[in-house]
Amino acid sequence: MISFVARRLLLLVPVLLGVTVVTFTLTRIIPGNPIDLMVSPLADAETRERIAENAGLNDPLWEQYFRYIWGVVNGDFGDSFVTSQPVLDDLTSRFMPTFELTLFAMLVAIALAVPLGIASAVWRGTWIDHISRLLAVFGVAMPVFWVSLVAIYVFFFLLHWLPAPQGRISVVVAPPDSITGLFVVDSLLSGNWPALRSSFQSILMPACVLAFAAMAPLARMTRASMIEALESDYTRAARAMGLPERSIVFRHALRNAILPVITMIAIVYGYLLGGVVLVENVFAWPGLGRYVYNAIASSDYPALQGFILYSTTVYVLLFLLVDILYVLLDPRVRI
Amino acid sequence: MDLPGIAASSEKAHSPQGLEQARESEEILRVEELRVEFHFPDSKVVVLAGIDLDVSMGEIVGIVGESGSGKSVTALSIIGLLRPPGVVTGGRVLFCGENLLDLGADEMRAVRGERISMIFQNPRASLNPVFSVGKVLREVLRLHSGLRGAAARSRAIELLSDVGLPDPETVLARYPHQLSGGMAQRAMIALALASSPQLLLADEPSTALDVTIQYQIIQLLSRLRKDRNLAQIVITHNLGVIAELCDRVAVMYAGTIVEEAPVGQIFDETRHPYTKGLLAARARTEGAGELESIPGQVPDMRNRPAGCAFHPRCAFATGICRTATPILEMSGARHKVACHRWKELA
Repeated sequence: MISFVARRLLLLVPVLLGVTVVTFTLTRIIPGNPIDLMVSPLADAETRERIAENAGLNDPLWEQYFRYIWGVVNGDFGDSFVTSQPVLDDLTSRFMPTFELTLFAMLVAIALAVPLGIASAVWRGTWIDHISRLLAVFGVAMPVFWVSLVAIYVFFFLLHWLPAPQGRISVVVAPPDSITGLFVVDSLLSGNWPALRSSFQSILMPACVLAFAAMAPLARMTRASMIEALESDYTRAARAMGLPERSIVFRHALRNAILPVITMIAIVYGYLLGGVVLVENVFAWPGLGRYVYNAIASSDYPALQGFILYSTTVYVLLFLLVDILYVLLDPRVRI
Repeated sequence: MDLPGIAASSEKAHSPQGLEQARESEEILRVEELRVEFHFPDSKVVVLAGIDLDVSMGEIVGIVGESGSGKSVTALSIIGLLRPPGVVTGGRVLFCGENLLDLGADEMRAVRGERISMIFQNPRASLNPVFSVGKVLREVLRLHSGLRGAAARSRAIELLSDVGLPDPETVLARYPHQLSGGMAQRAMIALALASSPQLLLADEPSTALDVTIQYQIIQLLSRLRKDRNLAQIVITHNLGVIAELCDRVAVMYAGTIVEEAPVGQIFDETRHPYTKGLLAARARTEGAGELESIPGQVPDMRNRPAGCAFHPRCAFATGICRTATPILEMSGARHKVACHRWKELA
């Protein structure tokens, strides 16, 4: 097992190298000149030239690339053209808010989608199956930013149940002491009830909006793989042994059906990392989504490259986790 | 009656009729006029058009016929595992005198596995891929005999060695993909026997296996009858299996039984033209004679031929065969046949 994980982590090196080549090239091809951002529009050509020279932008591309890689290997992703901070620091400080939001969204989505998928497989063709299908269609069809706006209109403006978009926590409440970096968890751990209340209220709407989009593929996948498991020869044999329906559905069938759902969870999580850009902007969430949105808008090469490297790593690690889960859950998978 | 250790140790649990009091000839299952239809949104198709079948203690009854003749549907209806679109629309399934079709879902579940078990054609697919053999065996033992822990384990090992699995303790920890087809079918049989049922339904138990393994499974089923007086219904399209294993045979065609007789009589005093065709279609090992086949196709159940369902393929069909459905009538002491012309053709 340890050697399997080590081998997979080693594989990460060529993957990330490939990603750096692609992103480095792409960011240089797309239009937009970072010098425009770094110097005043009134500066003369000589100043522009000097700053470009200092930033290394006049060197041959391969030299710029190797300088970049050398930095990355030494933990230096370069400084953001916009914030002037080291990119790694920027990413790290914005990672936790995004992680908290997507994790919360994922948990909500799984908690609703998996039981819904099981129910619509067991009672397929009944009203619960139809409602689940309808929800899935809506979840996929409605753009996430639009759902965000509708949710704000209904739950904040009409019903006053939840606060207006205010980021992770209300401005009048002090954030909890940092333990994990997740506000909800930290305020719970430190028994900081006002912070817990405020951070929970703040995360509820954006997380549920994201979860709504993520639920659809999970519920459909759960339904499909549960139906396959319930129709299988081993389920028929289990029934022939007189096992109760509860054990057949939740032990024998679900244990098989959950495997493809786990893969789907990883895929959907990757998709959430994209969807979160819009949601973070609507809900003023200080996470990676807003950061990368600004980086794209302003040709911030180091920030963009850093983000892509960062999210590639997260994605690869996520699928490593899935593969480890498969080894643990499926006896047919051996390493 | 010969009941070696393994069966004797668990008989406290069930069977009000009790194996000891059972006599060789006692009837354990009687199927009367069983009718099954497949209900599709736009149509209803008759799959079983009134089946009569009985099985006695310790008897092995074979059901033989082509694919789609209703063999598996018969077995699934008996054990209450018929799934939509299949619907039992008539008849009775009397097991120890009790009509199983009247039982509720929970009562029927108590019968399944505990008093009637079933094994299937594809043993490796019939074992749950993510559970070890021991895990499922322990669940079944806990459910039916209340055994747990070390008691369940030793009983599981007993069961596995009783079905001829070498090194049963290793097999307990094995997953289905680590078993050969023959081992998997033995494990399935061990699971089916976990609660000492009185009747075993075997749906093509050896079809998916290698020839030598097939023979071993047949021998195992034969030994179970001898050791445990276990009544069995064996579904197959392999007449060799019938000859080797069964006491009595029912030949099915298009959802009806067309001939039923003790094994010897089926082979030596064949009455129904369809059975004759089946026998003729067997590959002969000696001689280079041309392999005969029954002309035509198995009828589409949606367009069931009027009269005798076999008449379009029958060389002897006459006017009455096209209009009147023959009934299964006694043609000898223990020989039944459903053919208008069996007397002339005999």
